[in-house]
Amino acid sequence: MTNKITIESLSLQYSDGTESLRGISMGIRQNAVTVLFGPAGGGKSTLLRCLNRLNDLTEVKASSGKILIDGENILDPQIDVIALRRKVGMVFARPVPLPMSIRENIIYGLELAGEKRKSKLDDAVERSLKLSAVWDEVKDRLNDPAIALSGGQQQRLCLARVIALQPEVILMDEPTSGLDPISTGKVEAALLELKKEYTVILVPHSIQQAARTADHAAFFLQGELIEYDDGKKMFTTPKQKKTEDYIMGRFG
Amino acid sequence: MMRLFARNRHTVQRLGFSLITLMAVVTVLPIVGTIIFILLKGGSAISFEFLSGFPHNGMRAGGILPAIIGTLYLTIGTAVFSVPLGIAAAIYLAEYAKDNQVTRLIRLAIINLAGIPSVVYGLFGLGLFVLFLQFGTSILAASLTLSIMTLPVIISTAEEALRSVPQAFRTVSISLGATRWQTIRRIVLKEALPGILTGVILGLERAAGETAPILFTGAAFFLPRLPQSPFDATMALPYHLFVISTQVPEMPIQIQYGTALVLLVFVLSMNMIATVIRSRARAKRQW
Repeated sequence: MTNKITIESLSLQYSDGTESLRGISMGIRQNAVTVLFGPAGGGKSTLLRCLNRLNDLTEVKASSGKILIDGENILDPQIDVIALRRKVGMVFARPVPLPMSIRENIIYGLELAGEKRKSKLDDAVERSLKLSAVWDEVKDRLNDPAIALSGGQQQRLCLARVIALQPEVILMDEPTSGLDPISTGKVEAALLELKKEYTVILVPHSIQQAARTADHAAFFLQGELIEYDDGKKMFTTPKQKKTEDYIMGRFG
Repeated sequence: MMRLFARNRHTVQRLGFSLITLMAVVTVLPIVGTIIFILLKGGSAISFEFLSGFPHNGMRAGGILPAIIGTLYLTIGTAVFSVPLGIAAAIYLAEYAKDNQVTRLIRLAIINLAGIPSVVYGLFGLGLFVLFLQFGTSILAASLTLSIMTLPVIISTAEEALRSVPQAFRTVSISLGATRWQTIRRIVLKEALPGILTGVILGLERAAGETAPILFTGAAFFLPRLPQSPFDATMALPYHLFVISTQVPEMPIQIQYGTALVLLVFVLSMNMIATVIRSRARAKRQW
């Protein structure tokens, strides 16, 4: 398998000094779930937000290094950030349905991208809601306000909203942190389908979830990448003492 | 002894509550009192002829149509200038401005603008619009003067409304490939609109009732016909009320109070519209 994304000695510091990344280098495989895990403040979310340049909205003090997606350095100020964000979609920890109907939520990004044909939009709505395993629950009320859905449904709607844009990479930042086990199971099941078509990078909300879902796993601690390996190996025979301690629950 | 203190505490508490309730009621009295008083004294003046006729016999008889139309023109004129400018400024301050010296200066200016006495605006309007820009004593000059006075109200309420839209909407919208402006236009403005409208109406309501700023810039003592263009002077309800209350001897008292009543209804109904918009939006709001 090939690397979709190559990160080369990426360092970053926020102006308020909260989180930082120190010399991260890693390759991220295509059509696989790569899990970034570790205690809070380790830089996982920061790394995700670099991958679609959402960090542009935050005050960043200093950054260096490269992120190559399909060979193109996306940290280059010259690149088309809008196109990048369509290619690299993001699901956030808390579901945030936009204040409009279910259908409008799904086609929001597509309409901004200039898609006007109703048939295309309808197809996208059905396909993305099916892929994110929420179609059966909402198909009869697509014009209802999205806020009326349950938390779990909202989160899968948010996932569908990303999928509708036909991205190549999907970033998920603790997407199940606010969900019940059943909804979590549905989202995790959707992951298995998603990775057939997309490159998925997931920050899990627990080690158990990391172990369940990871094809590849990266352990982050205080802004550094401690260990990066095949998922199975990582959670059974970690090489680093710190990784083992964290997985065994000795700290964190 | 203990029992006595205990009872005393209850009595003190009950007394305290009564006092607070009384004060709350007292705040309602002036507005209710004013309305009832003006209704009783001026209600009898209201007739179709009063609302649709011109004043005659030295304004001691007839109607107040030119003043009503004039106030309507001035309110619309004020809206034309102050609403786009105020909303644009609010969008800049809420969505784009960085926290730096320039922004702080703009904010300071807005706060101070709100504190200037209205008669000073009148003099400023006279100097700038009437004389320097040679608009003359006109609806245009008066509207511009009222606009400047209204701006701080519109800007600060609109900015508040924009800021109350959750940040997460903006982040999500941008993560879906929207530009900043698309996000503002399609999400933020839409959600903030009721709050902005409320501010706009409250600002215009104040403008509609002001006398001092139009005194030197656009208000006429008496005009035998309705204004034909923005460069004409106009009669206006607040100024007309001032005139017939202080400048015309042997003025029938019903006409004075009738005029006050019309002005009051004009302003209060704007207030009512703002309240309805706000409560409807709150019921419909999805966050």
